[in-house]
Amino acid sequence: MTEFTLWDILRNLLLATRWTIVLSLVSFVGGGAVGLLLLFARISARKAVRVFARCYIELFQGTPLLMQLFIAFFGLGLFGIAVPAWLAAGVALILWAASFLAEIWRGCVEAIAKGQWEASASLGMGRLQQMRYVILPQAMRIAIPPTVGFSVQVIKGTALTSIIGFVELSKAGTVVTNATFQPFTVYGLVALIYFALCWPLSKSSQILERKLNVAHRNH
Amino acid sequence: MSYHFEFNWLAQYYPEIVKGIGITLQLILIGAVLGIALGIACAWARALGPAWLKPIVATYVELIRNTPFLIQLFFIFFGLPSLGLQLGELQAANIAMVVNLGAYSCEIIRAGIQSTAKGQFEAGASLAMTPFETFRHVVLVPSLQRIWPALSSQVVIVMLGSSVVSQIAAEDLTFAANFIQSRTFRAFEAYMVSTAIYLILAILLRQALAVIGSFIFPRRAAR
Repeated sequence: MTEFTLWDILRNLLLATRWTIVLSLVSFVGGGAVGLLLLFARISARKAVRVFARCYIELFQGTPLLMQLFIAFFGLGLFGIAVPAWLAAGVALILWAASFLAEIWRGCVEAIAKGQWEASASLGMGRLQQMRYVILPQAMRIAIPPTVGFSVQVIKGTALTSIIGFVELSKAGTVVTNATFQPFTVYGLVALIYFALCWPLSKSSQILERKLNVAHRNH
Repeated sequence: MSYHFEFNWLAQYYPEIVKGIGITLQLILIGAVLGIALGIACAWARALGPAWLKPIVATYVELIRNTPFLIQLFFIFFGLPSLGLQLGELQAANIAMVVNLGAYSCEIIRAGIQSTAKGQFEAGASLAMTPFETFRHVVLVPSLQRIWPALSSQVVIVMLGSSVVSQIAAEDLTFAANFIQSRTFRAFEAYMVSTAIYLILAILLRQALAVIGSFIFPRRAAR
């Protein structure tokens, strides 16, 4: 029987961590793009568009991410598309992240004083121009800490993609456990790697928040 | 697309679904009650506790909040037996949920405690209350009232997150969906139905927590 050293275990886990990072980045960036569209829909002047965005957000925030992954994995296949696990994982995570980011950003946009909308409207700006030149630059400032904080949720969310068979850190943990019979060590290391990825983000989110608050007080 | 949706299996397999809903509800009930209790204890420790306890609780909170629930579950279910702690799948799921919600609710409740005006503590002390009595009667209840909405959302998030306990063979709603799809090969329909049930459960749970909140904190409701 092969003996596994701690380094063997750690090396294999770290190799799989690449895919956790790649999937997190794709989901976060893609989710941000879709989330921005959703944000515009959520605060649109048309009621039908607003209702659609609200239902979308309610649906994706009110159901488990795992179910969304299953539906993406098995559901896309119904349309005759062969769905590899990475595609289902990416699609589901992007749509899921979008619903949260849109709602976070909506809060930030609504925190901008109403006078800013009125002032920019009085300058003859259209709705898109108002957003582009007046509202978003200010909203972005308050949006940074919670957005960074949400990126931690995205990284943790990628762990679920192991269940539909995408090989990332969690799946590697299961595979390595099955080979070494050392679940305590392996899952302990997996948890520590996740911690090493997430904690700096959590911390910087807190620090950014504190900094912004100080800036706010001086105004 | 030539796919025909078929829901005939519902007639045969609804007992599995009902059982799964029962387990999911049981998990979140135990998880919420014990998890919030743990959260209150940890929040007290972090905000007002002795100096030696603070870093311990802080480490616990940070570790849990920065690792995926799935890994916490695997660590408890697969990892702890090698320390001699053998757990059934439901026990492991319960412990994981309590530990998880405990860490999140600690941070939420602590925010509530720390937003309490200093005068409240002094007022309690001036009435000859012990620090514990002050905490219990003067600080905690209004703090919980302030953060109840945030705490409720966290409970709903944990309920939805509980779907992964099916991975250690705890027979919750997701487990039922997996079982049905493996028997009927109606994967899409099975997951659609269970997703819809989760959505309904989430909405009902949110309503229930709002009602519970108005019972525990009647003063605000009266206003």
